[in-house]
Amino acid sequence: MIPNDEPAVCVEELTKKFDDFVAVDNISFEVARGEVFGFLGPNGAGKSTTIRMLCGVIEPTAGEGSVGGYSILKERSKIKLITGYMSQKFSLYDDLTAAENLEFFSGVYGLYGRERRDRIEWALSMSNLGDRRNDLTGNLSGGFKQRLALGAAILHNPSILFLDEPTAGIDPLSRRDFWDLIYELSSSGVTVFVTTHYMDEAEHCNRIALIDEGKLIRLDTPSGLKRSAATGRIYEISISDWRYGFDLLRREEMRFGKSSVFGSKIHLDYIGEDIKQVRYFLTAQGIDEVSIREVTPSLEDAFVTVLRPTNKNKGDR
Amino acid sequence: MVEARGLWKRFGRTEALSGVDLSVREGIIFALVGPDGAGKTTLLRILAGIMTPDDGKLNIVGCDAVKDPESIKEKIGYLSQRFSLNPVLTVEENIEFFAALYKVPSTARVARTERLLEFSRLGPFKKRQAARLSGGMKQKLSLCCSLIHTPRLLLLDEPTTGVDPISRRELWKILYGLLGEGITIIVSTPYMDEAERAGEIMLLHKGRGLIMGDMQKLRSRYRFALFEVITSNNRSAHELASKRLGHRRAVFFGEKLHLALDSPDDAAGIKSLMEDSGIGVNVMEQVSPGLEDIFIQEITGE
Repeated sequence: MIPNDEPAVCVEELTKKFDDFVAVDNISFEVARGEVFGFLGPNGAGKSTTIRMLCGVIEPTAGEGSVGGYSILKERSKIKLITGYMSQKFSLYDDLTAAENLEFFSGVYGLYGRERRDRIEWALSMSNLGDRRNDLTGNLSGGFKQRLALGAAILHNPSILFLDEPTAGIDPLSRRDFWDLIYELSSSGVTVFVTTHYMDEAEHCNRIALIDEGKLIRLDTPSGLKRSAATGRIYEISISDWRYGFDLLRREEMRFGKSSVFGSKIHLDYIGEDIKQVRYFLTAQGIDEVSIREVTPSLEDAFVTVLRPTNKNKGDR
Repeated sequence: MVEARGLWKRFGRTEALSGVDLSVREGIIFALVGPDGAGKTTLLRILAGIMTPDDGKLNIVGCDAVKDPESIKEKIGYLSQRFSLNPVLTVEENIEFFAALYKVPSTARVARTERLLEFSRLGPFKKRQAARLSGGMKQKLSLCCSLIHTPRLLLLDEPTTGVDPISRRELWKILYGLLGEGITIIVSTPYMDEAERAGEIMLLHKGRGLIMGDMQKLRSRYRFALFEVITSNNRSAHELASKRLGHRRAVFFGEKLHLALDSPDDAAGIKSLMEDSGIGVNVMEQVSPGLEDIFIQEITGE
């Protein structure tokens, strides 16, 4: 276990190049012990390359870092022993039972004898799979499979756990149970690293790192991100004919800011001085009943606003 | 636009759909929301006329889709989860291929292709091979292909799974653009936050439709007063609240807690309970329930 005061993960000026392509570009950050840390960015932003370096799978081109106190340059084999990895597409064997899968993975992690039995029992009870232990994995529902995958990822009692879109496609109840487990692990000192495209997963993190084109763009709490990322203020506009209103507002994007539709309401990222201008504008266009209220920007709003400027001219997303 | 009554579908011993009723008005985006295995894909395949239900009635754009599935095909565009693009053909050639498949008259092809390339912003890439497109671009191209015959109803099966938020938002922008052209859209997604963008929603769980309606209607079914709480010590606060409310009603969200109270009047009591235990309550405000909160209430009956 890592001493309490030392960060669980610390990287400095980490860089990874594949030939001329800079996948990870000079990033630095620290993750505290027991933190639930989110790692977000578009496809190809450098998320998995960073994680592969942190797990000791690939070597950085430049920079340095430590995971659980071990150097990611010199002690990569030790890092593998203290990290766990789980993804939605976790390689469980469908034709083995839940318990047999755990047996298999405990062998991979080099657990034997009493310790192996104890850890398997612990993983089964922790993932609430006790009475399903002899069920074929292929017959388990999504929620159970996912908890089994988590159980397998933490069999060797890792101090750092990497989760890749861990709750994608899982029903909401199983998802909440899953996060309860994650928070339990995090209170016992396990550091949790989450990569995801889904804002409802990102909301569960204590802090979020936004990365794009290999660079660390922003590092903040979810609410800090939401506050700082809005270029203006986000207003929700309700009018009876939202399509007409949306068309009108889109034409005035330069003056008022970007708008998007949520159900039958319009969200406007207002860049002007006084929101009354928007009301006057809509009224002048013949829309009588306009209701406008300020809303907290969503994490997705934040994500899109922070990352959009660099992506504007690419056109290939 | 779409009226379905009591749709059933079994695969061996698995019941994929157990009597689903569905009603989709013309001119809206309708979201089918549910976890993997809820029956979303089966339902969409039945709507697309490529799978026959074991039982039930289905009327699409005024036609009986169970008796005469061929009659609806030209009115429907269907985008499955797997891209059916030809990787060696260029963007333009793929659209051309689907135009031929759907027997789009050659006089209309050029203009329609131009429009699709414009709205998807794929114009600059029209000579590029499909294999060399990014994931987001492939998806937009598939969308173009499913629109070449100008369908009135567009069915999209999880178009945003594995797609990053920027591309996702762009896709929704495109969908709202299509809506403006009079196309009705049914889209499936496992993501609750995303579904809230749709005009109407159906929650699908284990082959059954739980509830259907716009967000306002769904929210009105929520029985609790939901409070967002930020404290000086969320873990202890969570523990306290779980004991008082039961563990399903106190939920952790990173730096926040969500508490489902019986009534807004209970907030003061919970607050002083926390403060008496030395926990500083920084924020405690009522928030509207999200789709996930409503979904959980409907599956647990709590």
